[in-house]
Amino acid sequence: MSTSTGRPQAMAAAPALDIDPLLDDPATRIIVCCGSGGVGKTTTAAALGVRAAERGRRAVVLTIDPARRLAQSMGIDSLDNVPRRVKGIDEGAGGELHAMMLDMKRTFDEIVEAHADADRARAILDNPFYQSLSAGFAGTQEYMAMEKLGQLRARDEWDLIVVDTPPSRSALDFLDAPKRLGSFLDGKFIRVLMAPAKVGGRAGMKFLNVGMSMMTGTLSKLMGGQLLRDVQTFVAAMDTMFGGFRTRADATYRLLQAPGTAFLVVAAPERDALREAAYFVERLAAEDMPLAGLVLNRVHGSAAPQLSAERALAAAESLTAENGHGENLGEHGIVDQTDGNAGPRDATAATPQTPGSPPTPSTTQTPESPQALEHASAERAADSTDEDGADGVEQLTAGLLRLHAERMRVLAREQRTRDRFTALHPEVAVTEVAALPGDVHDLAGLRTIGERLADDQASPPDLAPSAPSPSV
Amino acid sequence: MSRLQVVSGKGGTGKTTVAAALALALATEGKRALLVEVEGRQGIAQLFETEALPYEERKIAVASGGGEVYALAIDAERALLDYLQMFYKLGSAGRALKKLGAIDFATTIAPGLRDVLLTGKACEAVRRRDKKNAYVYDYVVMDAPPTGRITKFLNVNDEVAGLAKFGPIHNQAQAVMRVLKSPETAVHFVTLLEEMPVQETADGIAELRAAELPVGKVIVNMVRPQLVDEQALRTAAGEQRTEVARALSRAGLGGAGRGGVAERLVEPLLEQAAEHAQRVELEREQRAALAQLDLTTYELPLLGEGLDLAGLYRLAAELRAHLGAERAGGTA
Repeated sequence: MSTSTGRPQAMAAAPALDIDPLLDDPATRIIVCCGSGGVGKTTTAAALGVRAAERGRRAVVLTIDPARRLAQSMGIDSLDNVPRRVKGIDEGAGGELHAMMLDMKRTFDEIVEAHADADRARAILDNPFYQSLSAGFAGTQEYMAMEKLGQLRARDEWDLIVVDTPPSRSALDFLDAPKRLGSFLDGKFIRVLMAPAKVGGRAGMKFLNVGMSMMTGTLSKLMGGQLLRDVQTFVAAMDTMFGGFRTRADATYRLLQAPGTAFLVVAAPERDALREAAYFVERLAAEDMPLAGLVLNRVHGSAAPQLSAERALAAAESLTAENGHGENLGEHGIVDQTDGNAGPRDATAATPQTPGSPPTPSTTQTPESPQALEHASAERAADSTDEDGADGVEQLTAGLLRLHAERMRVLAREQRTRDRFTALHPEVAVTEVAALPGDVHDLAGLRTIGERLADDQASPPDLAPSAPSPSV
Repeated sequence: MSRLQVVSGKGGTGKTTVAAALALALATEGKRALLVEVEGRQGIAQLFETEALPYEERKIAVASGGGEVYALAIDAERALLDYLQMFYKLGSAGRALKKLGAIDFATTIAPGLRDVLLTGKACEAVRRRDKKNAYVYDYVVMDAPPTGRITKFLNVNDEVAGLAKFGPIHNQAQAVMRVLKSPETAVHFVTLLEEMPVQETADGIAELRAAELPVGKVIVNMVRPQLVDEQALRTAAGEQRTEVARALSRAGLGGAGRGGVAERLVEPLLEQAAEHAQRVELEREQRAALAQLDLTTYELPLLGEGLDLAGLYRLAAELRAHLGAERAGGTA
């Protein structure tokens, strides 16, 4: 902790992730963005889509739960479960962008309709158990996201599909979905469930062995006869389409392992998010899923890394504390003007509550004697006649230095968490995206993010944002 | 003070941290709180710097004044077997169900059933009494699923009660809903002063209200200190660059002349400050949006050095102060 300056060579260990070659490569057909909640997955997916399209790809972005304004800006705020062409994309390079927001229930309904004849489909869609399962229950999202991905890929209308993944409770539920489905379908339980309904109720019961009937008896006791019947009807009706269901789930799983797929793990430089990211990296490797690299969002930088937090704070102290009005000045600097109607002068004039500093005018203005100067200026501020004068500058400068110290601490913390990740997974390529002060909710903002994604400097020396907020 | 405290929030807002701090805050003065984790992430174990929690209630911390915090990471499969055992005394039949894959079915293929088990277990802890008929836990704090899922999660038993129109499952589901919809429960939302979390909080509260579930408080996490006067900043960025350079120089940071060390700091420092000012402005907008929700709002500070155990206790102290102020503030 002797120096907390900047971001020197530490990241040199991690190879840089080049986004543009990945986007430009015609062999790249699917990009899956995964990561824990709140790290900017959806925004990253959308930004990749915009950039790919403007570089000439025919791309489609499948988002799960975009922020409302982002969805609006892309024209996908109406849930109709089909990709819509995004307006405002520069199609000069021959590309275009489509986007859609996943509608779980409709996706599930579509599968049923596609795989069962009309009567059976109706029976399933009307079944109360199905209605709860498809509309409400968590976990369905993961299955449906992968199903939709399979559908989009099968249509073969796009040469690049960018997928956002649901904020699952366990991050890789979507990978487990096909397997779980498979093991369930192979299981005995489903046969037990289906047995009575299949053979036509009571008459068929005698053909079941004793164990089976004991089991359905138990189930009936547990679930109540009516619920069991609903479940049985549902399972029986689904039976015909399970085969297709399973084939598709397996196909989607293989699609994810195929060479044309690239996984991007998205994270923020925070302990929890990077811990989840490490877990993702390990799981993807275990499942033979092709990892392209890590996108590290919201990384802070400073254009003055040479000035350490400690020095900045010490300097700020020397500008404010020595004259004995530290507290007063502190309050002065930190004042929270919630009722933003006060002009600069009013705002400052309203604050000085300095009973202990009699306004003794002083004329010492020599830069050689900072103490004298601060004294003088502090008193002038108390006098509230000239708060833009030297005293205002001292306080302002101290404030700037404190801000810088805070920034440098953030940098140091982010560096430590990232180093921990790199130490665990030195092989994972990383690209960093500098933090924006505000949220992104338009194409211009997505473009800015895209530029930052593609800027493959793993440790950009100059992170000062040229256009800090594209949208506000 | 409701006995079941449910803590939700958008991903990345620190909901697990706030839930843990809340449990610590509530467990003062000899009280006993149970901190329940339902998402299988072992976030609580990491926060308290202990090994992974097993499926059992164990003491993980002592709060000021001799209170105790217990923790439980609910495992859906074990909860189901427990539940079967407790309600139906299904020793071997339970195991047979497991062999058949019924448990897998219940906990993974029909994930809604998992939610039934998780909420059921939490409510059981709320209602549990010891031999003297006193509550075993004074408070149960749940690190709940995120804002987008919370209403469905809590309401899952309503759905179940609708599906199973009578029988033991129906009765159990109704018993759970009675606890969740009563003043015994409060659902809190953790947010940051950023647009998306605030928007999701507003949506989540509307959903919760529509489902007639009890809305608790809004907890704004990671609030940054304000370090610079914006108005002064605007002036400085315009006209006072030279003066700022001189001030930096006076503070011992090098020469203020053109190309001097201090002079070269001015631009980066002002830029950082401009970003900061912009963020403060955005935060102000979000505070205003939160104020419209008309709920009690607590603010918790951003801990500069990241969160460790000491930081957790600090947040607990902040929450305790808020809770104390509220108690003192009125009996209403």
